[in-house]
Amino acid sequence: VTTLPVSPALADPPEVAPRKLARTATGGDRVFELTATSIGALVLLITGGIGAFLAWQSIPTLERYGWAFFTESAWQPEADVLGIGAVLVGTISVAAVAMVIAFPLALLTALFISEYAPASIKSTLVSLVDLMAAVPSIIYGMWGYFLVMPHAAAFAVWLQQNFGWLPIFQVGADPDAAVWDQSRYIGSAFCAGIAVAMMVLPMSCAVMRQVFSQTPQGEKEAALALGSTRWGMVRTVVIPFGRGGIIGGTMLGLGRALGETIAVLLIISPDFVIKPRVLEVGTNTVSALIAGRFGDASAAQLSALLTAGFVLFVITLIVNTLAAIIVNRSRSGAGTDA
Amino acid sequence: MTTETAERTLKTTHLPVADPDAPPQQPRPGLGKPTSEESFALLGTWLGALAMAWLVTQQLLPLDGWAWLVTTWLALGLIFTVVTTSISGRRVDVSDRLAAAIITSGALVVGGALLSTIGFVIFRGWEPLLHLNFFTDDMSGVGPRDPFDRGGIAHAIVGSGIQLGIAIAVTLPLGIATAVFMTEVGGRFAGIVRTIVEAMTALPSIVAGLFIYTVLIVAVGFPRSGFAAAMALSVMMLPIIARAADVVLRVVPSGLREASLALGASRWRTVWHVVLPTARPGLATAVILGVARGVGETSPVLLTSGVASFMVTDPTDGVMNSLPLYIFKGARSPELMDIERAFAAATVLLILVLALFVLARLVARQRTTAPRPSLLSRLRRLAQHQENR
Repeated sequence: VTTLPVSPALADPPEVAPRKLARTATGGDRVFELTATSIGALVLLITGGIGAFLAWQSIPTLERYGWAFFTESAWQPEADVLGIGAVLVGTISVAAVAMVIAFPLALLTALFISEYAPASIKSTLVSLVDLMAAVPSIIYGMWGYFLVMPHAAAFAVWLQQNFGWLPIFQVGADPDAAVWDQSRYIGSAFCAGIAVAMMVLPMSCAVMRQVFSQTPQGEKEAALALGSTRWGMVRTVVIPFGRGGIIGGTMLGLGRALGETIAVLLIISPDFVIKPRVLEVGTNTVSALIAGRFGDASAAQLSALLTAGFVLFVITLIVNTLAAIIVNRSRSGAGTDA
Repeated sequence: MTTETAERTLKTTHLPVADPDAPPQQPRPGLGKPTSEESFALLGTWLGALAMAWLVTQQLLPLDGWAWLVTTWLALGLIFTVVTTSISGRRVDVSDRLAAAIITSGALVVGGALLSTIGFVIFRGWEPLLHLNFFTDDMSGVGPRDPFDRGGIAHAIVGSGIQLGIAIAVTLPLGIATAVFMTEVGGRFAGIVRTIVEAMTALPSIVAGLFIYTVLIVAVGFPRSGFAAAMALSVMMLPIIARAADVVLRVVPSGLREASLALGASRWRTVWHVVLPTARPGLATAVILGVARGVGETSPVLLTSGVASFMVTDPTDGVMNSLPLYIFKGARSPELMDIERAFAAATVLLILVLALFVLARLVARQRTTAPRPSLLSRLRRLAQHQENR
């Protein structure tokens, strides 16, 4: 047995105290922290202030018109009748048409990029989708107005001829007339929805593709090794794994579609009627209402427009928040060993 | 193998018997490189569908025009895919081939839509672009029916530049400082700021414009001007940039931060010398994409800037035009020449966005490490080192 020499000084060890850790910043760090916090507070004031301002401006309008503000369809300031019933229905129908078109295309494109495209062009395709998202909405609006609308009107006639028994495909015009009346089929929620679909499609597609690309490689290879076809692998592994991304991406797109202004403003013929007939001329959305009526608005009308904007903001906020929750939850399932 | 051993084998084990009715064993189609038979089936399917679609739409039914031809071609192609695959394959193969056809054609439809958008805008607007004055003149005194060698969009380009410049000068420091606050300082208050900023990204751009219109123009009495438009753009871009920068800063590895702090650097120095340089390409991408969003946004500008047909360089001095607004007004005009000018301006805007986008990609790809010194300089340094010894 060996023994270590013990120095007599250590036989009586000194009092050991833990090193002091300063939690509060000092000197330059204090300045940094204060500056950052005050800028954060300033931004909170600006951004939160907008929301609070909109809510505050909505109070007089809601007090004056009450629930009728949400159900009344007319917007007649001279008769003191203001309501957003028609524009809310119009907003939702334009967004619904856009999602009906954009959802399948976004899903197919995302699946193509992540599973079917040759590896050499994959990154190019991803950039193209991002580029598509960066194209300004006014350009999609012009595309929809000048190029697509005549074709969309012809397609609307065909839809009415063959599916006219569905209430949403009815139009107040004779589809079997010798020369069909194009002016009854343009400027509709359907035409606007096509342009809006082009805008929301890349956004949804990007979210979906990102979630698909996180599918564990091991599970995909396992499916193929068990003898499944490529589609079998996609159906049983990729799509179930990416379900959260599919739903979340679609809802993010929906949030964008609800707030889209300029393409809709360019295409639609404004009309203040609650109508579920998406193929017929004339509709309106909240954002198009604001863009069309702000100029000649009195103080009370401006407050009503702000209320309409606030309602739109709240709807978009709810949709976006739900989408964020769904997308985040789907990511938490990514812990599977690859 | 001798006959003797063969007989013994026959006694102990059963040899597999070839079944003449069984389908030939084939590898699953759809994995790996397509065989020549598959390629031929694919080609034949879509050519046959095209011929059939032409026959049906152009010769038999009254469905003229290329739109019907393409639609029918797609539908018939899917049907033909099912038919040709079921000749040789089983149900699994049919559904696999059909799914591949649907997914590929869906992606092609999207690609075609993007191409048609860009192509259509350039096709309708190329003529004014050939005149140099389109880029150097403004529209003051130019009538709607004047030829293209008079007037231009210089005022709109300059207006867009000034408005965006002010908006960037406001949002860039605020947005990045907020992101630094949310990630580097933290705490409960930062959580509140993050929640509010994320919520405000849902603000529709038209509502941002209406807010500035109500506060700055109606309540304060500020004139419609480039400055008001810049404020509307800032309100719209601030949450977007702050949120994107926050995402970028959050993925900076915390090992780098901890290493810097362990070396004795203060938190401020850690942020300035470690976190921000690491995140620089990502931050630049976030900012550039935010700017690309801002340059094409029409609705906030529509409410706040007013329309001028002449050059305005002072952002506080009355109405000012910008590219998206010019395009919007032109597209709504009944004059054909105005519409054509709008398409030309749209082409310019598209090129601008494309340039910003490519710039974002280049910045994101940029390597921050210095390039390796050349062989010659390394040898020279080595020689110098030897001499000094």
